[in-house]
Amino acid sequence: MALDKNGIAKRIAQELRDGYYVNLGIGIPTLVANYIPAGMEVILQSENGLLGIGPFPAAGEADPDLINAGKQTVTAIPGAAFFDSASSFAMIRGGHIDLTVLGAFEVSEKGDIASWKVPGKLIKGMGGAMDLVASARNIIVAMQHTDKEGNSKLLKQCTLPLTGVNCVKRIVTDLAVIDVVEGGFKLVERAAGVSVEEIKKATEGNLIVEGEIPEMKG
Amino acid sequence: MHKVVKDAYEAIQGIESGMTVMFGGFGLCGIPENCLKALAESNVTDLTCISNNAGIDNFGLGVLLRKHQMKKMIASYVGENKEFERQFLTGELEVELIPQGTLAERIRAGGAGIPAFFVPAGYGTEVQGTKEVRVFNGKPHLMELGMTADFAIVKAKYGDTMGNLIYNRTANNFNQSIATAGRITIAEVEELVPFGELDPNHIHTPGVYVRRIFQGKDYEKRIEFLTTRS
Repeated sequence: MALDKNGIAKRIAQELRDGYYVNLGIGIPTLVANYIPAGMEVILQSENGLLGIGPFPAAGEADPDLINAGKQTVTAIPGAAFFDSASSFAMIRGGHIDLTVLGAFEVSEKGDIASWKVPGKLIKGMGGAMDLVASARNIIVAMQHTDKEGNSKLLKQCTLPLTGVNCVKRIVTDLAVIDVVEGGFKLVERAAGVSVEEIKKATEGNLIVEGEIPEMKG
Repeated sequence: MHKVVKDAYEAIQGIESGMTVMFGGFGLCGIPENCLKALAESNVTDLTCISNNAGIDNFGLGVLLRKHQMKKMIASYVGENKEFERQFLTGELEVELIPQGTLAERIRAGGAGIPAFFVPAGYGTEVQGTKEVRVFNGKPHLMELGMTADFAIVKAKYGDTMGNLIYNRTANNFNQSIATAGRITIAEVEELVPFGELDPNHIHTPGVYVRRIFQGKDYEKRIEFLTTRS
């Protein structure tokens, strides 16, 4: 069965390692914070100037001066640090953030990502996404395998304006875990009960299937 | 040293139509509410505004938009603002979108006297345009330019009469860089104290950058997305 959003987040949480500094984008990536394994120390970075994002505040305790990059009220964990935007992106550009997880409209088999603009539709801007994908040491994309009309989001070439080129390393979708390798999308794991055939059908880019593909572990 | 002015109306004296003005803040967090209000009440138009965001429809920079005081907006993210979208789509407003880290660094560099630098963000995207590309350590980078403005307006939690500033939590955001990049920098603060009272160890913006300072009032500090745990 295809994973729901929480299922995708849960699978991505398995990529975390003790001591990681991680930037989580808006949407499914944010949910990853709920599945950090107990006892593992993972520090979450918010590009508006916070290292050490804590849980959302209790009702009545929200501070307008303490928000995340999605402009939601948050808290800071003990040991957190605040800094300005230029320092924040120096941290990102300098390669000090171990992992970036973000959503996407499309990913190409070369690791290009389109995530910020649909021509003729809502104008929002790229925010920090271009900086993050250009500089993070490891980038995982969290997204649905296909769009609402059933069109594949894993393409030979992106059709939408790009956020970055040749940068995505791994994609976790509702159907599969896929690595971007030389020659295309390498199928690593499939969601429980989802067949390789189904994944193939939902993937427009070249899907590389080698040997037996294990199911994701819960 | 006469940096202290009475209020926002006195602080924004000299801002004229057609000028470039930078504003601190991220979303509605850490925005100079008093100066924005005073500007919205002025007759200044055709401003080029540099700010990470464009506010919401009825608050922040959104107020200047609604009064058609903006000619151009330079930002990284402009969602959550219908009037902005409308003016952008009809071509009333010129918009330049810049990756957030590049925007922050362009401002920091501008204030630090660095005319240009190279970053990887935007390579291979529409942000690249005609920018010079150079490869460092095997990775292509774009040349970006330092950025300054006629006026820079920031908001801090504490300030002293010498213009030293301390920001609060994530309300620092773009304020610290922007404070360095104005030909004239205006600081509005929640609490203005006599010099000597702030711990010099904790100053974010040294007073040298600040030309005018005043204690703001009636801060609304609106929250864009109030999110609490259940």
